[in-house]
Amino acid sequence: MSHTDVVISGFGGQGVIMAGIVLGKTISIFSDGFATMTQNFGPEARGGACTAQVVVDSDNPIRYPYVQHPKILIAMSQEGYEKHEPNLASDGLLLYEEELVEPHPGKRDQIKALGIPAARIAEEFGNPMVLNMVMIGFLAGTSNLIDIEPAKKAIAGCVPSHFIELNHRAFDKGYEYGRNKLEALKAAGSEV
Amino acid sequence: MTVAENKKTIGNIPEHPKSLLLRMDRMPHIWCSRCGIGIVVGCLAAALEKAGLSPDDITITSGIGCTGRVAGYVKVDSFHTTHGRAIPFAVGLALSRPDLKHVVFSGDGDLVSIGGNHFIHAARRNQNLLVICVNNFTYAMTGGQLAPTTPVTARATTAPYGSFENPFCLPNLAISAGADYVARWTSLHIRRMTDTFEEALNREGFRFIEIIAPCSTIYARRNKLGTGLDLMKYYYENSEIKHDATAEELEIGFQTKIVVGKFVDKERPSYARAMNRHLGKILGKKYIPPEVGGPQ
Amino acid sequence: MHADPKGVLTGTHYLDGDHAAAEGACAAGCRFLAGYPITPSTEVAERCALRFPMIGGTFIQMEDELASIAAILGASWGGLKTFTVTSGPGFSLMMENIGLGIMMECPCVIINVQRGGPSTGLPTLPAQADMMQARWGSHGDYEIIALSPNSPQECFDLTIEAVNLSEQYRLPVMLMMDECIGHMTEKVVIPLAEEIDIVPRRWTREKPDTYLPYKPCDDLVPEIAPLGYGYRFHTTGLTHDQRGYPVLNAETQEECVGRLMDKVNKNAENIYHLEKHNLDDADVILISYGISSRVAIPAVGKAREDGIKVGELRLITVWPFPENLIRELAGNIKAFVMPEINYGQVVLEVERCVGGKCKTRLVGHAGGWVHDPESIYQAIKEVAQ
Ligand code: SF4
Repeated sequence: MSHTDVVISGFGGQGVIMAGIVLGKTISIFSDGFATMTQNFGPEARGGACTAQVVVDSDNPIRYPYVQHPKILIAMSQEGYEKHEPNLASDGLLLYEEELVEPHPGKRDQIKALGIPAARIAEEFGNPMVLNMVMIGFLAGTSNLIDIEPAKKAIAGCVPSHFIELNHRAFDKGYEYGRNKLEALKAAGSEV
Repeated sequence: MTVAENKKTIGNIPEHPKSLLLRMDRMPHIWCSRCGIGIVVGCLAAALEKAGLSPDDITITSGIGCTGRVAGYVKVDSFHTTHGRAIPFAVGLALSRPDLKHVVFSGDGDLVSIGGNHFIHAARRNQNLLVICVNNFTYAMTGGQLAPTTPVTARATTAPYGSFENPFCLPNLAISAGADYVARWTSLHIRRMTDTFEEALNREGFRFIEIIAPCSTIYARRNKLGTGLDLMKYYYENSEIKHDATAEELEIGFQTKIVVGKFVDKERPSYARAMNRHLGKILGKKYIPPEVGGPQ
Repeated sequence: MHADPKGVLTGTHYLDGDHAAAEGACAAGCRFLAGYPITPSTEVAERCALRFPMIGGTFIQMEDELASIAAILGASWGGLKTFTVTSGPGFSLMMENIGLGIMMECPCVIINVQRGGPSTGLPTLPAQADMMQARWGSHGDYEIIALSPNSPQECFDLTIEAVNLSEQYRLPVMLMMDECIGHMTEKVVIPLAEEIDIVPRRWTREKPDTYLPYKPCDDLVPEIAPLGYGYRFHTTGLTHDQRGYPVLNAETQEECVGRLMDKVNKNAENIYHLEKHNLDDADVILISYGISSRVAIPAVGKAREDGIKVGELRLITVWPFPENLIRELAGNIKAFVMPEINYGQVVLEVERCVGGKCKTRLVGHAGGWVHDPESIYQAIKEVAQ
């Protein structure tokens, strides 16, 4: 994992940008890497589609700051999925909210696609706002992009102090779900 | 040194009585003879002396126009700014040097036409400014164009058939925007004007004083009103002191009655005071009151 | 002089360019901001509104941009370090009193987070199309200093540099950001206060009776007198002599405006801040500033893979323009390639200095997004033939 482009896409209010900031902070402040986050502003930033791009490099400062072919796509809305999936690298990883996104099966076989009912998990925490942290936990659990400790430090710096614990639990849940998912896939004999 | 002390040290050399406040090296000034602006400057100088203030206690900021030249003739830290922007410029002075008194001295076109938005917002926020507006009903420096104060039917170069648009009544404008202190005199009311300046210098908040003054060369001539002296006579015969005048009574028509007096004198916390109080309350010990500019 | 620790948020942060610029202003010692909300610059004002009350600063949201710039000039005369922040439409409104700031020689900083224009244009999308306006926008002749950051870290660093330059040379200094940099989030390291150099206000050492407000020092910059200390000085937007008094004739105009130009031009070598890579053996040199300098990176890489010798010159200081350097380089290379998010602004200066000695190729567009690096690569390839 030297250079990884990540796109996080959803709709306004889901905490897409916050997820991008947590990811970027985890890597560039609390790990030894570099991460540049850019976001699509515009009319689309007011309630409609919303995208955060995070360019990650474990070794070198980011020079070109934009994502052309993401290695990882985190999709939290069908619209975001439709828009960014075609750009996903052919060996890419698609992480999607399985009740909000319905991937088109069989279209691109090499892409690893993993779903999580993150919205329902967030509801179970009594706060739909933590959906984004469930997704970041899921990312940590299914990829080697970020580690738990730095991610938790980043989360602590991004949310009000009385919400830190809740967000940490949401992250843990997403992480655990991701780990289990990988285990299950392994058990089923698929290459992970 | 106050103006009074300075007078004592002058001895026998005949000096202009207000020479401490005036830049004598800039005389003669550009104003026409019988112009009313000089009278108002004289009254401010007298008020400064009566208030026991030194020229180092105040700044004067002007915009553009005949009255806008005041800043260039007063021997205090003085700023001749751009058209209409004297008030926001002085807002910066006032917030950075709250230890000084800040006077804005400008004309009607400058303050309430091009600078009108700044005028109402500075009044609304109650900035610590004494705003003196010499109202001569016209744009004099540029040759007598229509002003936002030109009375209906009065002529201007850009209203050659007489004005048909409704003018602003400046005290009403200041009052409705929330000014703490609002007065109007004519250039004839030298003693009262001086007293009002003195009183206003010694208090806080947004203070607005309108002085109706003759533009002898342009406004008087174009409207066939005689000389500056004739206008003074008109003020003498037609002004009425009425401190509790209604908004309607404050309106000025072409050569109609002019109601003068002190119309508002209330106390609200100034912007700076409100800021300190509010932020101090909300932030407690974390609040650090604004730094004051100048050498440390 | 070192920075006042009160304003320095020492540490490692993850900030976007707007927030980093706000921190730069706090660290530089700015204690007065008058501004008016406008996308995509508002975050700078918002952060200062939050931070200033805890560092002894005054933030005031004015009624418009005309008032904002006027108020910072006033507060600068009051002795505070001041700045304002805006975007295209507000920048246009500020032009009037930017001229006053130049004429009165008033230290202050104007941050423009550029968006697409003309008029309301593209409020939320980038452009680099106010570069000539920064240079020439107010009427009359003058020289200006304008810097262009290409990362949030530089938004922090260059805000400090801008404040320092404004104090050193007594003029409004522009920080020309763009929407991309303003809304790009990266690691920003804020050093210790004692590691930040600050240029203090150039208070005069003359006594009031000998002080002349516009008598230049050796570097052509006059010293400032504080208010209320008996100097009783006058300053005006009119053409003035050393006393600060209006003198409206051709000789005084020559002396007054001539010095305003000279104090920038004759000190230009000390003002330039440039980034140079591989200029010595280059056949093609890419000149860029702001976000375009980062967008061009894949293009330069690809061209080098093709064996083209590409040098890079980044204008961190855009104004004053490094004329002599461009003239010199033009004699040794085949071409300059310049990407700008506009239809050709700073490239005109390049062309002027090149004077036909080599090719000059603009890669421009109207704004709304950054370049496709491929278009820059194609341009490099073509001119290298
Ligand atoms: S033109 Fe009018 S206002 Fe101006 S100086 Fe002459 S009399 Fe006064």
